[in-house]
Amino acid sequence: MSDLSLPAPSRRSLSLHDTKVRGVFYQLLLAGCLLALALGIGMQTASNMRVRGIPLSLDFWGEAAGFDINQTLIPYDALSTYGQAFWVGVVNTLYVSFLAILLATLLGFVIGVARLSPNWIVSKVATAYVELVRNVPLLLQLLFWYNAVLKPLPSPKASIAIPGGIYLNNRGLIIPEIHLHPGAGLVGLAFVAAISCCVAFWFRARSVQRRTGKQLPVLLVSLATLIGFPLVVFLAAGEPVSFVAPQLRGFNFQGGHQLYPEFAALLIGLSVYTGSYIAEIVRSGIQAVPKGQSEAAYALGLAPGKTLRLVVVPQALRIIIPPLTSQYLNLIKNSSLAVFIGYPDLVQIFAGTVLNQTGAAVQVMAITLSVYLVISLATSLAMNACNRHFAIVER
Amino acid sequence: MSDQSMHSPVVSSALIPAMAPPADVWPGPVTWMKKNLFSTPSSGALTICFILLAVWLLQHFLSFAIFNAVWSGGRDSCRANGEGACWPFIAEKFDYLRYGAYPVSERWRVDLAEALAAILIVWFLWTKAPRRKVAALLFFLVYPVAAFVLVRGVAFLNLPVIDTTLWGGLLITLLMSIVGIVFSLPIGVILALGRRSELPFVKAVCVTFIEVVRGVPFITVLFMANFMMPLFVPDYLTPDRLLRPLIAIALFSSAYMAEVVRAGLQAIPKSQYEAANALGISYFSMMRLIVLPQALTIVIPSIVSTFIGLFKDTTLVAIVGIADFLRAVETARVDPSWAGPTISSTGYLFAGLVYWGFCFGMSRYSQSMERQLARGHKS
Repeated sequence: MSDLSLPAPSRRSLSLHDTKVRGVFYQLLLAGCLLALALGIGMQTASNMRVRGIPLSLDFWGEAAGFDINQTLIPYDALSTYGQAFWVGVVNTLYVSFLAILLATLLGFVIGVARLSPNWIVSKVATAYVELVRNVPLLLQLLFWYNAVLKPLPSPKASIAIPGGIYLNNRGLIIPEIHLHPGAGLVGLAFVAAISCCVAFWFRARSVQRRTGKQLPVLLVSLATLIGFPLVVFLAAGEPVSFVAPQLRGFNFQGGHQLYPEFAALLIGLSVYTGSYIAEIVRSGIQAVPKGQSEAAYALGLAPGKTLRLVVVPQALRIIIPPLTSQYLNLIKNSSLAVFIGYPDLVQIFAGTVLNQTGAAVQVMAITLSVYLVISLATSLAMNACNRHFAIVER
Repeated sequence: MSDQSMHSPVVSSALIPAMAPPADVWPGPVTWMKKNLFSTPSSGALTICFILLAVWLLQHFLSFAIFNAVWSGGRDSCRANGEGACWPFIAEKFDYLRYGAYPVSERWRVDLAEALAAILIVWFLWTKAPRRKVAALLFFLVYPVAAFVLVRGVAFLNLPVIDTTLWGGLLITLLMSIVGIVFSLPIGVILALGRRSELPFVKAVCVTFIEVVRGVPFITVLFMANFMMPLFVPDYLTPDRLLRPLIAIALFSSAYMAEVVRAGLQAIPKSQYEAANALGISYFSMMRLIVLPQALTIVIPSIVSTFIGLFKDTTLVAIVGIADFLRAVETARVDPSWAGPTISSTGYLFAGLVYWGFCFGMSRYSQSMERQLARGHKS
């Protein structure tokens, strides 16, 4: 059998029949091609930019932007710099994404559970919602909400008045302004204190239940503390917070906080669209929990609601969280569709207006892409941490 | 056994007549409703609320789309009716929504190209059809060339060249999605193989590409293609304004396709690779003949889902000035000569129906394929 033995490894040949040699060769080839491509593109871009007089520096960052933005969460006006405009865009993107994620998750869980309801009509309505919303492009839905629902609302003069000083018109939803007087901080402090009390009570209730099996009325006590304590402080401090209703002056409202239709359309569109995807994730997650789990819970005498909340959903979450993460990421990326309806998000302000004004395409695009990559990465990390928290403890 | 034949006083000699089945067991509408609609008081309340909601929505929809809609007549009858859809508007704009400004005398070329695509796709996707591999080869290799020749035109074949600025409507939407799938699938397969490769540099390049592209919004990729591609190449090579988003869509969807294919590759048992290696089959033959055919079959449903996403994403090309179907609807609905109270809603309803029809059809196919594959695995 000695004639079948492999040739001595000492004789190293540099032939292309050796897998290792071939591997190195292929990688060198790929690296060479990529390098050539990058060099070619880089040199061509540099020369093209020189010819067209496009700046290749970040000097524009500190220059005055000269355009106004109607919805900002941080101070900004037409005299601010391009850098400040960039931050307005980032904050607006994060703001609308955050709210839409909350709403979409809520909607998705409700619809997902409704799809599995034993009630025939409830499950059919939920199915119809999912099948309708998932199969229509998000852009069409956004345009529909913006152009066909929110824009045809009456003008400010003929606003729809909602009790409580709230007005709805084609410039948005106008709600009363909150005025803070001295002593308002006390109310805020009272609220924080009430929250900490509730958390402490919840921990105590849990340990009492673990020791004795007795359940304390957590929900009732929490609600009473959360509403009662700040209310008492509010009255004691002489009502330091007041609401000022918006007033119609001329063609528009004065005072009050305005919820712009662009923002509302984007928020509704993103929540409804992503909610339908989350509903499917929740449904398949719940279906993946063995039926024996809920049957055992019923056998122990748990009510259907409690079974769902305490037995089924915690197990389903393990299956739900990874695809849920990718839906959140999709939502954040989809918030860039704001540019179509004029909500000033990162893409609209920075990759749109700033790029057009400065012409610095390479820098602006690189910064925009990096921001989205950082947001995606941060969301993935947060959700992975969440996933670890819920993951099964392997023995 | 004579003692048993004697009648004992406690045993009845007559047969007991069969009892009626217990109530609630026999299927019937009342039982069904009791079980599925009114099992508990709260369930009953929900039922009533949801029936009211469904009736309200359906009634509004039907009265807008059918009963109160304007079916014939012109602009004035639409303007007079603020309650229902204006279908004559769609009828007049229909050709514009399909072809954009493509010359009327040459539109048969678009029809022919679309019909060819439809035939090849049905041939390839219908699992009982013979020689599906031929269909796949034709679709991925021959069809792009044929469609290019037909739709754009080649002068020496007596087909006048139609400038891409004239293209529009559904033609663009279909073009974008077909180009997307034709290029993204092969590139996606290569990227997926690269990502699972043992060569560290190849793997790093593929992972970087896939993760970066998947981490950014499609709009920014389109922006990049539109603004930066002309900077990347010498002036005489500047891509056509329609070609730039096409390249963007192909690269963008190939990253998503790569992840789908990777899932398929991971699902193939390791023994398949090992057996192929043991037989001394080379890497490329192994992938071509053993691994990929199995992996791609498993992921057909996911490929179709990704394609649905791609189809919906084609609406975003409007941002770089391409008049796709949705953009055509937007242009048509703001036409001042048709200004009317329900023109916008009608336009959106029609666009929604078209997109919904395509996407729902595809998702149904993907689901049936999934069931078929699941059956195949059980047997």
